[in-house]
Amino acid sequence: MSTVTGSKSHRRAAGLLKPRKYNPNVVQKNWVRTIIIGIFVVYALFPLVWLLINATKTQQDFIGTFGFSFGHKFAFWDNIVQLFTYNNGLFGRWLLNTVMYVVIGGGGAVCLAILGGYGLAKYDFPGRKAVFMTVMGAIAVPSAALAVPTFLMFAKLGLTNTPISVIIPSLVAPFGLYLMYIFTLESVPTEILEAARMDGASEFRTFFTVALPLLAPGIVTVSLFTATTTWNNYFLPLIMLKDQNWYPLIIGLNQWNNQAFIPGAEPVQNLVVIGSLITILPLVATFLLLQRFWQAGLSAGGVKE
Amino acid sequence: MTTIVGATAGATPPATAVANRHKRDWRGWGFVGPFVAVFLFVFIAPLIYALVSSLFSYRAFFGTTEFVGLSNYTKLFGDQLFWSGLGRVALVLLIQVPIMLGIALVIALAIDSGRLHGSGLFRISVFLPYLIPTVVAALMWGFLYGTNYGLVSQINSALGTHINPFAQQWILVSIGNVMTWTYVGYNMLIFYSSLRSINASLYEAALIDGASEWQIIKAIKLPHLRGSLAITTIFSIIGTFQLFNEPSIMQKMAPAVITNSFTPNMYAYNLSFSSGQQGYAAALAIVMGLITVIVAYAVQLRGLSLDEGKK
Amino acid sequence: MGFNTSRRGFLGVATAGLAAAALAGCSSNNTSSGSSASAAAFDANKSYTLNVWAWEPTIQKDSEVTKAFTKQYPNITLNITNTGGASDEYTSLSNALQAGTGLPDVAQIEYYALPQYSIGSNLADLTPFGAGDLQSKYTTGTWNSIHQTTNKGAKGIFALPVDSGPMALFYNKATFDRAGVTTPPKTWDEFYDAAVKIHALGGNYYITSDSGNDAGFLTSIMWQLSPGAFKVDGQKVTVDFTGADFQKFVTIWQKLISEKLISTSITGWSDEWFKGLGDGTLASLPTGAWMPANLLKSSPAASGNFRVAAMPSIDGSAKNAENGGSSLAVLAKTAADTQAAAYKYLEFVSNGPGATLRVQAGNFPSLEATLEDPNFQASTGDFAAPDLLKYFGNQEYNKQLAAGAKNVNSGWSYLPFQVAVNSKFADTVGKAYNNSGTTLKDALSAWGDAIVSYGNDQGYQVTKKS
Repeated sequence: MSTVTGSKSHRRAAGLLKPRKYNPNVVQKNWVRTIIIGIFVVYALFPLVWLLINATKTQQDFIGTFGFSFGHKFAFWDNIVQLFTYNNGLFGRWLLNTVMYVVIGGGGAVCLAILGGYGLAKYDFPGRKAVFMTVMGAIAVPSAALAVPTFLMFAKLGLTNTPISVIIPSLVAPFGLYLMYIFTLESVPTEILEAARMDGASEFRTFFTVALPLLAPGIVTVSLFTATTTWNNYFLPLIMLKDQNWYPLIIGLNQWNNQAFIPGAEPVQNLVVIGSLITILPLVATFLLLQRFWQAGLSAGGVKE
Repeated sequence: MTTIVGATAGATPPATAVANRHKRDWRGWGFVGPFVAVFLFVFIAPLIYALVSSLFSYRAFFGTTEFVGLSNYTKLFGDQLFWSGLGRVALVLLIQVPIMLGIALVIALAIDSGRLHGSGLFRISVFLPYLIPTVVAALMWGFLYGTNYGLVSQINSALGTHINPFAQQWILVSIGNVMTWTYVGYNMLIFYSSLRSINASLYEAALIDGASEWQIIKAIKLPHLRGSLAITTIFSIIGTFQLFNEPSIMQKMAPAVITNSFTPNMYAYNLSFSSGQQGYAAALAIVMGLITVIVAYAVQLRGLSLDEGKK
Repeated sequence: MGFNTSRRGFLGVATAGLAAAALAGCSSNNTSSGSSASAAAFDANKSYTLNVWAWEPTIQKDSEVTKAFTKQYPNITLNITNTGGASDEYTSLSNALQAGTGLPDVAQIEYYALPQYSIGSNLADLTPFGAGDLQSKYTTGTWNSIHQTTNKGAKGIFALPVDSGPMALFYNKATFDRAGVTTPPKTWDEFYDAAVKIHALGGNYYITSDSGNDAGFLTSIMWQLSPGAFKVDGQKVTVDFTGADFQKFVTIWQKLISEKLISTSITGWSDEWFKGLGDGTLASLPTGAWMPANLLKSSPAASGNFRVAAMPSIDGSAKNAENGGSSLAVLAKTAADTQAAAYKYLEFVSNGPGATLRVQAGNFPSLEATLEDPNFQASTGDFAAPDLLKYFGNQEYNKQLAAGAKNVNSGWSYLPFQVAVNSKFADTVGKAYNNSGTTLKDALSAWGDAIVSYGNDQGYQVTKKS
């Protein structure tokens, strides 16, 4: 044990920080382990089988047939067509709204979190501890009780029922901030920053050229979380927005789901299910696309030197 | 333990450097400022409003607002509904959170070990549940837990059991299961991306030194994960004390068991939105906030490594 | 539109809405109620825009009602927001009232929630517009429901009815026949006997379900059997669950719960519930007359099997109550001349051409004339509904439902803070449903205590009779 630790600090001390790509493919695969973890994957996925199966059902079959068996009719494509045409294609509008909220609100939140986390990790500025304490204390207060004050504040400013009322609150991601703080501590060695400063780089330049690439895996993670949170944000938009045209997907789908309980309204749970499937697809796609960056983050660290 | 701590000191930047060289260093605000500004607006301002309103009682129907001092707080201490809700989330915290974080850790280590076939698939699969919108989660678990037409009814009739996931004695298990299902991938991802940021040279050095895989985990990986573990624990504590979504999803199916005061956050929501007792709701929220901070502090604040940057 | 807030929607009971309470007071000083004589006149040559909040599908943006109204009143532009459901709408309405901005001109509000909004004078009194002359048009139940008193003691009419929900027993004749229940129960005692026979068909057969969260159902039963349960006189409120007939019901219901003859695990409006109603394992449903369209759409498998009968009572009499239903109200903050236009809209929807269009789309009427219309009763002519007729085995179900509307007890009132205390229903009464050993009687008494405590906190003087 001490050997390991010792050699590590030794290398660090010697400044041997240049990472080489750690290639998992050279390690031998292990079936036993795969199967054990595979059991958990089954646990994670099997409820989603319900989602897939029911995405192929008509409303009639959705309410009339067993959840894990297919309906009488394979209506997957019909459902998609219906989804995008129902209520004059409102779903498309919701999709675009959500993308906007995620890009502006979620994207902004990630930027603020990266900057803030880095600042907290690498500078000892006056009030640093107070920032920690305040953020920690404030997020520990149950959010439900803050909804009404927040609404009233936004109403006074005339912001309710506008996209801004959804975007501004989603700019704050305390969890993202803490994560970036931790990731910065873990993966941005101060020596590298010092070296850049010695070369005369400004603080922001040092941050952008040296720290940012090293933070790639963390940034990807925080982006995913923030995107998902914004994508699935329910509570605040529900309170802030009245105009259907500004709804994000979740609020819209929820409203459609409620139609099943309103006399005279048309139950469209088939559209809710297919809509949810379509709703999570962009997130899954983003996740898969960004996967590369976990690896890239490491090699990027290598490129730096 | 000492080994781990020692190793961590190596894995994280020697913090003394930070502290000494940038004493009274205002440059940090250039980075933290934007976040703090928005945070003040979105979190602190409403919080102050809530703090003030917790000292008042609104008599809605007669249009009067009365200053009641701390009586909302004293009332809360005698409120059975609040305490039993707190008891429930404390139980979840003690049992569900360790299980969830443990599974997440094991999966992250397993995927990171590179010994799994198709690890990319594993990563996305375990994370997928987190992406499911609540409205669909409600439909889905309604089916899975259904004792008449759902999966549980099939299991019951196959095994001859009479399990009702919505019965009083099972409800916390049922909710804990939904929470675990939703958040394992989320926590796994944090651990995993932290592991990915370990410098490859460390492994190589260890392998050269002939360390076994288990030794590498103990000496390199786990110490490196200390910060992530601290943060996931703290946020799990906060999340559990604010438990809301999962019981709300299932409330529709078991409204007499999952009542409006089932968790403190649900209770606050209900007081605020259904019965117009906003002052009381605010008092509840503030007390919950204090309890959460104290527990989080007691459990892990050291691990948040706030001071790591200084000592 | 009727269904109880407590039964529906995402977040279910939690969202029961109505912070109205807190907010009611805020705007109590700037209302038009009381200034009765000064209603502005509607000017057909002027342009108006009405902001309407509603969840009812028949009055949405692209509905027939909206089209017809716009045709008749081209100068009134309707700007309709679909609020998605009652509870969501109340949350928004309460928030907007408290903020004092972003309020609609017209809002759909359920009858049981009406006191909570009218009491703080948030709604405009419609008497100056002539609403007082409409008594003969509406059923007794709905007419009584729209009369409210503000916290300043001003009496008025604060909404016009949209639909109504006189109760009836919807039952699955096929299941009843198989169980040997040849006639639908006329009394709650017979209901119990029928429950025994139906449960004998198999462990998953129940005469009905009640999971202990539906305050709307139990308060309707009070209305039916002991309508003096809530008495409101200014700030004095009495709660009395001791009415003899209601207590008899409680005893019977307790037996049904204890002997597991009704399902306490299937919750109203869940998937499982609709499935149970569809396959006949949930054999009946005592609820409001707005139910048929829901059954047809969500439990289609039972088509042909369902029938409608009068509500069971204690003594076999035809006493009835309302369950659910909603109205349209004009906000007090709306400018006076806009209020005049808003009233035109209310009339059109409530008792004008819109009323017929709504019934054709599946609403249950609140107008006497419609209820007595032979075409409505037989589902023929203008009111033809072949699918529903088939669903009810060609029974003239509307005739039965219309008869029920005539028997609604008078003398009932909801609490001024009904929505608030309904949100505390499951915490108290629910205990009688989850094997915790609490009896329904004690559980109701605990709810009564919660009502007393809440009401007193709010400045009422509430006493409970026990």
